[in-house]
Amino acid sequence: MKIAGLDVGSRAIKLVVLQKGECILKKEVATGFDYVQEVQTLLEEIQPHKTLVTGYGRHLLAQHMGFEHVTEIKAHAKGVHNLFAEVRTILDIGGQDTKAISLNPNGRVHSFVMNDRCAAGTGRFLEAMATSLGCSIIELNALALRGSNDFSINSTCTVFAETEVISLKAQGANPADVARAIFKSIAQRAASLLNRLSINPPLCFCGGVARNKALVQELKAMLHMPVLVPEQPEFTGALGAALLASMT
Amino acid sequence: MQTYEEMWRNLGLNLDAHEGLLKALSGFYSSIYASQKNRPNAMKYFDFVISEVHGLRIKELQEAKAQGKKVIGTFCVFVPEELILAADGVCIGLCAGAEAGFELAEQYLPKNTCGLIKSFFGFKLARLCPYANSCDLVVGETTCDGKKKAYELFNEFQPVHVMEVPQTKSENAKSLFHSEVMRFKERLEALTGTKITAERLQKTIQIVNNKRRALNRLNELRAAPIPPISGLDSLLINQIAFYDDPVRFTNAVNELCDELEERIKNNVGVARGDTVRILMSGCPMAIPNWKIPAIVEGTEAVIVGEESCVGVRNTRNTVAEGCKDVNEMLKAITERYFQIDCATFTPNTERLNHIVEMAETLKANGVIHYAIQFCQPYTIESKRVEDMLASKGIPLLRLETDYSMQDVEALKTRIEAFKELISP
Repeated sequence: MKIAGLDVGSRAIKLVVLQKGECILKKEVATGFDYVQEVQTLLEEIQPHKTLVTGYGRHLLAQHMGFEHVTEIKAHAKGVHNLFAEVRTILDIGGQDTKAISLNPNGRVHSFVMNDRCAAGTGRFLEAMATSLGCSIIELNALALRGSNDFSINSTCTVFAETEVISLKAQGANPADVARAIFKSIAQRAASLLNRLSINPPLCFCGGVARNKALVQELKAMLHMPVLVPEQPEFTGALGAALLASMT
Repeated sequence: MQTYEEMWRNLGLNLDAHEGLLKALSGFYSSIYASQKNRPNAMKYFDFVISEVHGLRIKELQEAKAQGKKVIGTFCVFVPEELILAADGVCIGLCAGAEAGFELAEQYLPKNTCGLIKSFFGFKLARLCPYANSCDLVVGETTCDGKKKAYELFNEFQPVHVMEVPQTKSENAKSLFHSEVMRFKERLEALTGTKITAERLQKTIQIVNNKRRALNRLNELRAAPIPPISGLDSLLINQIAFYDDPVRFTNAVNELCDELEERIKNNVGVARGDTVRILMSGCPMAIPNWKIPAIVEGTEAVIVGEESCVGVRNTRNTVAEGCKDVNEMLKAITERYFQIDCATFTPNTERLNHIVEMAETLKANGVIHYAIQFCQPYTIESKRVEDMLASKGIPLLRLETDYSMQDVEALKTRIEAFKELISP
C-alpha cells in the first residue's frame, strides 16, 4: 500500500511516498499557477492509496481532490520527530514564511510562532538578495562561506535590505562579505522569532532554505546550540504528512 | 426593495462609491453568513437589519431628525448611551470596520495608524457613511493617543465633543470621569433642548440595562455544551447592538434567546459537543470585520465569547437602578462606566483576571488574542495576557492584523495549527 505526503508550498511542491513504512520516493517540482494539475500529474504514476496534504495549497487540493489536510506546523513536527527523535525545537524557513516550533519530549507541538506577513528572512528574501548581487542562491551561499564578519544588514524589510546591499556594493565592499551579512541578517530574524518561544536544544533546521550551509553556521553561532539539518531538509513537511496519513 | 438613492444623495454620499461598498458588503456578508448551517430562525431579524444597514435604519434616523430629534454618533463604549437617550437623542455607533477611503485618510493620518481610526476617517472623507453624515454631534473620547489626536482633525469635518477618559482607576481619576459625565449631560441638553430629568433618565437607564441583560443572556446561552448559535451570529448581534433601536433590538435578542433555550433543551446546535471552543479577546470588531471569526469557524471550531468592546466589555455591568435623583443616577452611571477594563488603563489587571474567568466559565479550549495592527494598548497588553494565561495553563494564540485580506492564508495556517494544538 502506497501512502503519499504532499507539501504544496509557495515555491515548490514536495512529494514523499511511503510503502510499508519505508520511503520509496521523494520528488520536488516548482509550484506553478495550476498546482491542482501539477499534483495530478505528480500522482498519476504512483496511484497512492491515501494522500495527505499540507502547505499553502492544502485547502485547494483538499477541495479539488478530497485529500485530508494538516498544517505545515503539525507536518514538520511529525517529520522531524521521525528523523531526529531528540529534537525539541524546529526552525522551518520556506519560500514565504518562517516558522518556529517548540516540541514536547514526545514530539507533539507545544507552541509555535510564525513571521508576520512580511517575507523578510524567507526564501523569497534570499532570492531577492541574490539577484541584487547578480548571482544564484547556491553561489551566494558559497560566497558567504568565504566572507568576513565585517558588515551587517539592519533592515528587516526586503526592499530596504536590497537598498543596503546596493549601497554596500557602491562602497566597494567585497561580495563575499556582503553575502555573509545577508545570511547573518536572516539568522538574526530567525533567532528573534525562536526567542519568542522558550526553546530547548537540539534544534532542527528544515525547509528549503536550510540547504544553505552559510546560514546553518550563523545560526549555530547565534543560538549556541546544536543545529541538526536533515539530508534533504525541504522534504520534512511532506514526510510528516505521509507519516500522519499512515497513522489514520 | 426600496430605493434610498434620494436619501443618500441628500446626505452627501458619493453614490457610485457607496454602491460599490454596499455590493462588496453584501457579497462578503452572504459568503460568510449564508454558508452557515442550522442557524436559529430568529436570526432572520438580524439578517434583515444588516441588509438594511444603510437603508431603512438611515431612513428612521431622517424621520427622527424631522421630528426634531438629534442624532449622536459614538466610537467607544465609554460614552453613556443612557444620557443620549434621556436627552431624547438617537445613539449610533459609527462605521469603522472596513478598509474604505484609506488613501484619503492617509492624507491626514500617518500610515501606521490603526485600521479602526483610518476607517472612520476614510468613511467620512470618501463620503461613504450615512451614519456620520446624519449626526448632529460626534462624541470622541481620550482613550488611545491615536483616537485622541485624530478627533482634533475630525473636528474640521463635523463637530466633535471629546470626553476625557482617564488612564488610571484612582479615586481622582474617577472624579474626573464623573465631571466629564456631567459635562456631557450639559452638552446634550444644550444640543437637544431637552432637560435630562430624573424621570427620563431612570427610564433610559432601564432601557440600556435591559439591552445589556438581553445580550448577556445571549452570551451565556451561546456557550452551552452544544452551542446553539455560531460565534459569527453572536458577534453580528453584538455589532448590531450599536446602531439599532435599543427597545426593538432588546425584544429581538430576547426572542432569539427563547429559541436558543428551546434548542439547548432539545440538544440542537450548530456544532457537536466535542467541537473546539475558542474565546476571542482584544480589540473590537466593528461591522464588517468578520475576518478572523470567519477563519476560526471555517476550521469547524466555535467561538463561545468575545472579551471585547463589541462583546462583553460593552454589556457586562449594568447601571444601578433605583436611584432617586439625577445626581445619584449620574454617580451610578459613572460607577458603571468606570469599571470598563479597556487596555488604555494602567495597570489593567481586572482585564487579565476577567479573561481567565471567561475562559474557565465558557469552557474554552483556548484563547485567541486579536489586536488591530498598530493598536498599541492591546498589542502591548497582549504580552501580559500571554503571561497570565500561561500561568493558568490556558493556551493562547496572539494575532495582529488589519482589515485587508492579504494575510488570510497565513492566518488560516496559524489558526488551524492552534486548533490542532488544543484539540482535546
